[in-house]
Amino acid sequence: MQQHLEQQKRESSGAGQYEHGAYPDARGRFGPYGGKFVPESLMPLLSELEEAYRQARLDPAFEEELQELLRSFVGRPTPLYYVPRFSQLVAPGVRVYLKREDLAHTGAHKINNALGQGLLAKRMGKRRIIAETGAGQHGVATATVCAMLGLDCIIYMGAEDIERQSLNVFRMRLLGAEVRSVDSGSRTLKDAINEAIRDWVTNVETTFYLIGSVVGPHPYPLMVRDFQSIIGREAREQILQLEGRLPDLVIACVGGGSNAMGIFYPFADAPEVRLLGVEAGGQGLASGQHAATLVAGRPGVLHGAFSYLLQNEDGQVLGTHSISAGLDYPGVGPEHSYMKDTGRASYVAADDALALRGLQALSQSEGIIPALEPAHALGYLLEMGARGELAPGSLVIVNLSGRGDKDMLTVARELQVTIS
Amino acid sequence: MQQHKQSKTIEHHEAVPAQRIGHAFAQASREGRCVLIPYLMCGFPSVEQSLAAILAAIEGGADLIELGLPFSDPLADGATIQHASHQALEHGINITACLSIARQVAAHSSVPLILMGYYNPVLAYGVQRFCCEAAAAGACGLIIPDLPPEEAGPLLEAAHEQGLALIFLVPPTTPDERIASIVRVAAQEPRGFIYCVSLSGVTGARDRLPPHLQSFIARVRRQSAPYGLPLAVGFGVSRPEHVAEIARYADGAVVGSALVHLLERHAADGEAQRAAVRDYIRSLRACTVRQP
Repeated sequence: MQQHLEQQKRESSGAGQYEHGAYPDARGRFGPYGGKFVPESLMPLLSELEEAYRQARLDPAFEEELQELLRSFVGRPTPLYYVPRFSQLVAPGVRVYLKREDLAHTGAHKINNALGQGLLAKRMGKRRIIAETGAGQHGVATATVCAMLGLDCIIYMGAEDIERQSLNVFRMRLLGAEVRSVDSGSRTLKDAINEAIRDWVTNVETTFYLIGSVVGPHPYPLMVRDFQSIIGREAREQILQLEGRLPDLVIACVGGGSNAMGIFYPFADAPEVRLLGVEAGGQGLASGQHAATLVAGRPGVLHGAFSYLLQNEDGQVLGTHSISAGLDYPGVGPEHSYMKDTGRASYVAADDALALRGLQALSQSEGIIPALEPAHALGYLLEMGARGELAPGSLVIVNLSGRGDKDMLTVARELQVTIS
Repeated sequence: MQQHKQSKTIEHHEAVPAQRIGHAFAQASREGRCVLIPYLMCGFPSVEQSLAAILAAIEGGADLIELGLPFSDPLADGATIQHASHQALEHGINITACLSIARQVAAHSSVPLILMGYYNPVLAYGVQRFCCEAAAAGACGLIIPDLPPEEAGPLLEAAHEQGLALIFLVPPTTPDERIASIVRVAAQEPRGFIYCVSLSGVTGARDRLPPHLQSFIARVRRQSAPYGLPLAVGFGVSRPEHVAEIARYADGAVVGSALVHLLERHAADGEAQRAAVRDYIRSLRACTVRQP
């Protein structure tokens, strides 16, 4: 502990240059970001988790079970699929590929991480699983894995999200999970995480908190990155096979940032690959009604980590808005903050309207209805094309992190269509 | 920075503000009792009422006061403190306003003040600026529930420069080895006490104290005794009999959520509110005396 304190004193501010594979360090930091800003009750548990995770990764049996279930239960590898008609909408001569995480079991990338952590929980002998969910995709993935592994499952979800994602709430309950409505604060993902942490603090000895994104205290950002990196590892292999070279641009939406980190990380050691994260611009950055943490926030501490944060000048966390519940979060994973400051990845915002345009464009040009979250990346890509930012011959991979079924009621409402 | 170190107010009181915490515990100990530490949220139910409530608690016999700094996401708190925090923020309370309340209390009373709040508002205010102004406002110590020792380096340094104690929490699930290392950090001068969290969980009044509290306190005492660091117990403490039990084996009792309920119940009548707080604290204070 004394060592830690000394180290903090020596630590210089600023993230410096991007160093691939160097982070997190022993303190769970990515440059200055990350760490373990949690109530003391959780500290011994985080150490235990860190050690259990380290041992699991060294155990061939754990790896084998994970790989087998990723294949047979999740349906991996997911295809890397060329979308010629959508490419044409972006710009002439641009080749756009989709990494089809929407085809993974339960309809989004969330299952990769839920499965990994679920197996770890079982290995650690923890039979009570809690999780937070925003759009419901992580909740569904967690409920699914718990049903498959025979674990108890409690999902915390903001009351507002329960309203706008009623279909996913029903799926979770069907899968045997208990969904607890969170009425405090902004009644969205941030408050669901607060409540999950309160549960965790209370039931620390029996409970495994299955965090759904690359957020939270160390070792979660590391674990979730590891479990989601399968997306980027597959995509890298697939694009080399299909095109014989690495892409010029990898683009993904960023809420907490797990699908983006999953596809970015395995490309991050290749400097020629540009990494672009698209945050939720909501009703526009000027309106204040958005969730563009990296674009418009500044570093602070929320949910256990030091990272960019949407906060007012008093350090109070701001309410957010996004058309997509999955991006409606005022924080972001600490490794994204590190990638931003070092310039390894850049981050932009797409507003609600642009996301809707992206969703419609892909649906009509390719017969694929994306979730509203990756629709932000699709919409932004259309804009880049229109602005002439993509040279002919550019090779682009979009992480299509989920399918759009869950969003149909929201989209219909936005398009002023009544569905009974 | 040099200017910060030579804050005037510090010289007015005592060279090291944190020493006043130690003195409060020592004084109570001489009187054969534990200290009583009411927790009151700054700006709840309103700025005026919170100030009045703090003064009423002091009148009722509080030995130290914990001043809550509101935060939008108080994840170590139960529904009651969450509500108080939320309402304080609705009134536009920020750190500047909290320090102003602290200054007003310090002008009326020499009871040591401890500021308790989450890390992000402190970080946003500026760690050094916060410590400097907190000391100038009459604070003696800080409690930051989401800042474990591993992450506390910058705040610990800034607090100590101003003579403020940084007080750490120890819950019952903490292994002995870790208690020992927390105690070592907490024992560095200027120092306060160890805040023993009675149970695994969040703040909030409960009917009874957990059954293993005494053995937990004994476990912490084994580590803290060599340093003579006092132990206060908080979370779930609300009734006179709780305080009486804590007095038997610990050095202090913290009550918080029960005061929020009390303030709510008498929200309409300021005079009744002050009387209720004073009488409640008085009833607890009577139980701080150790029974032979």
